[in-house]
Amino acid sequence: MMAPAQDTGRQATAAPAIELRGISKAFGPVQANKDISIRVMPGMIHGIIGENGAGKSTLMSILYGFYKADAGEILIHGREAKITDSQAAIRAGIGMVFQHFKLVQNFTVLENVILGAEEGALLRPSLAKARRELKRLAEEYELEVDPDALVEELSVGHQQRVEILKALYRQADILILDEPTGVLTPAEADHLFRILANLRMQGKTILLITHKLREIMEITDTVSVMRRGEMTATVTTAGTSPEELAELMVGRKVLLHVPKAPANPGRTVLEIRDLRLRDATGVERIKGIDLTIRAGEILGIAGVAGNGQSELLEVLGGFAAATGSVRMNGEEIDLTGRHSDGQTRRARGIAHVPEDRHHLGLILDFSAWENIAFGYHNAPEYQKNALLMDNAAIIADTEGKIERFDVRPPNAFLPAKSFSGGNQQKIVLAREIERNPDLLLVGQPTRGVDIGAIEFIHKRIVELRDAGKAVLLVSVELDEIMSLADRIAVMFDGRIMGERLPADTNERELGLLMAGVADSAETAA
Amino acid sequence: MTKLPTWADLVLVPLISLVLAAAISALVILGIGGDPVEAVKVMVDGALGSPYGWGYTLYYTTSFIFTGLGVTVAYHAGQFNIGGEGQAQLGGLGVALVCLALPWPHWTLALPAAMVGAALFGAAWAAVPAWLQAKRGSHIVITTIMFNYIAAALIVYLLVEVLRPAGQMDPATPRFPKGAALPGFHEIPGLSAIFTSKVPANVTFFVALLACVGVWLLLWRTRLGYEIRAFGKSNSAARYAGISPVKVILLSMLISGGLSGLMAINNVMGEAGRLLQNSAEGAGFIGIAVALMGRNHPLGVFLAAFLFGFLYQGGAEMGLWTSIPIELRLLVQGLVILFTGALDTMVRMMIAPFFRPRRKEAA
Repeated sequence: MMAPAQDTGRQATAAPAIELRGISKAFGPVQANKDISIRVMPGMIHGIIGENGAGKSTLMSILYGFYKADAGEILIHGREAKITDSQAAIRAGIGMVFQHFKLVQNFTVLENVILGAEEGALLRPSLAKARRELKRLAEEYELEVDPDALVEELSVGHQQRVEILKALYRQADILILDEPTGVLTPAEADHLFRILANLRMQGKTILLITHKLREIMEITDTVSVMRRGEMTATVTTAGTSPEELAELMVGRKVLLHVPKAPANPGRTVLEIRDLRLRDATGVERIKGIDLTIRAGEILGIAGVAGNGQSELLEVLGGFAAATGSVRMNGEEIDLTGRHSDGQTRRARGIAHVPEDRHHLGLILDFSAWENIAFGYHNAPEYQKNALLMDNAAIIADTEGKIERFDVRPPNAFLPAKSFSGGNQQKIVLAREIERNPDLLLVGQPTRGVDIGAIEFIHKRIVELRDAGKAVLLVSVELDEIMSLADRIAVMFDGRIMGERLPADTNERELGLLMAGVADSAETAA
Repeated sequence: MTKLPTWADLVLVPLISLVLAAAISALVILGIGGDPVEAVKVMVDGALGSPYGWGYTLYYTTSFIFTGLGVTVAYHAGQFNIGGEGQAQLGGLGVALVCLALPWPHWTLALPAAMVGAALFGAAWAAVPAWLQAKRGSHIVITTIMFNYIAAALIVYLLVEVLRPAGQMDPATPRFPKGAALPGFHEIPGLSAIFTSKVPANVTFFVALLACVGVWLLLWRTRLGYEIRAFGKSNSAARYAGISPVKVILLSMLISGGLSGLMAINNVMGEAGRLLQNSAEGAGFIGIAVALMGRNHPLGVFLAAFLFGFLYQGGAEMGLWTSIPIELRLLVQGLVILFTGALDTMVRMMIAPFFRPRRKEAA
């Protein structure tokens, strides 16, 4: 890990790089930002942390000129700045790296960098200038990117570097990053943090918006916590702890690690032998997997996104075809997809909380009660007669689930898209867990879920295990795997690199396995 | 964008769209030297001013309900069925074959049989594009448009070469037997007191109302409807849930084609009494506008179908009794479609500011 910036002497003399005074912003009845004030000294990395909907993004959008504040003022290097649009923000030296990149996919890196900053009618001089400048920036900040590569061919981490380069090329000395690691692998995230540390050394000021406590602790100098539109605290990172920050974010004590008793594994529930899958383009995504999951245990699959975990869940969930053998409760299940689908899997006792609740787990335009029936809409208790569904029964069932899973707001008629990420996930979990499945497939259970809900979701998964059910947990968050899984299998490039017990391993070893570095001590799976 | 209250969404937005369409139509009528006030008077009078006018307006409404419902069912499955015109023409063929097959003793026997024929032929015509979409990924918009042309050519061929009685000059089937004639409003006890002269509106209107209820039940009360709507909202999520895309695409398109085909019992069986070429007369295309304006809900489809029925009949009267050419009817319809469909968002943006401050006070 990198050393935090220690040279505080320089900061005392200068005016704050960014100062927000009493910023307020309302959308209709919703007060997104309430009287928010921040001072960030030059050459500092300042974190802004808060749950989804706490108002972080609104605040940054005000700073970048997308929204106009109802009240308050912005000072950049001690002078009041009128930031009316993004052009004004750029002129004030502010650069923004969005969570969802704003790059032209079929342009080269160079073309993307000069887009909107072209000088003169001809492109050639601008491109040449940008090429020189990019070379310099690459050397100075570890920001190497091939300037002639097409953006669509770059990895996500490299695309993010292009966004940072764009900002630096426009002479930004204040950089705002919105949830920058959400799409990165751990290695890419580490590289990003090295870049940020370099930028700090060169005197750039960085605002890092995130909901991940780890990142705040790792890289920031100071941190502000937001809750429901208000700034609840600003502290120095060295003087705080993840537990304290979590409490400030949620407003109550939060268990970052759910306590659980040792697993008591029973009979074999799922047995996977030599599972292989080719995607539509003929590329082999799963290259021969053997796994066994027993009743009463949580098997965690760790790995960087895109190494075959999603495909594994799709095969087991019944909507991707594969070869090999999968036995559920001792019985072979059909992998060809010709005689089975999600419905037949559910009938076999497999429930599935998919990785992507927006595109798989929920119909966002459907109301909560319609989503509770989703996948189980053929269940006998949801039918009035041979022809018609019993909507009243589904609604009643939904209201029970909403209560038991503490879904907020408790309104069965609200469309799924109106719930926060955590509450959407609770709807999916309630639907799948309360079917009392023998095997629960869970993908990224807490992606985009706020801290308070994470605790709840983790508890429910452990409860299911304790009830003697098998759980297959896929997550890219090592923390989550480490704290939930009873056994950890690491996936890389469509293979299982090795299995470990959480007590006998550490993040370093798992990280190496995730990067495809197998060690000699590996036990045969 | 500000979310509008439901009543504004369902009533105010279409209403403003209509007023805008009417205003521009009025300007055009002024521009070609006509009198917009007179035009409106003639239209309203001609379409709604007499039982005779109502008889025509409701006749057109009936046809548009069927084609509008057809588009609606497919739309909920995410399929844009442009082929209502061809499916309605094929429905006409089904009706003609059924009606000519037997010397029907009474319309109550002929109607259910003809409905089956109409729906089957309409569904069959939608089946090929549906199969191509479900199995081969051929775009449903392209294939259904193509099938409209094939339908028109097929019907002309059959009328000229196969179904035309020897010695008859025009390409049409023989007249259907008397027992296959559907009672018009002027022949239905009770209604005949109001509709004293012969009007084309017939019992099919009530079948259309039943179809509205049926489609509502199908989409919002049955498992198939649930699967159709789920698949239409999110193909990927439907796959996760184990909903078969092939099943949903095929069934929704068959139902869609069947509904469009059912239109033929109104025009072919109820009005013409024989199958002519181009029997659907564009109602299949108007069904798209009806579904669009009716927000793909059976109640909305009914209201929109009535509006277009009014425009159709009123426009014809305008062409007849004023110096304004009948083609202007197309302009008015086009503007209505433009404003209610394509410029819907623009209208919403225009009225959104009026709803914002009120919400704030409430807070």
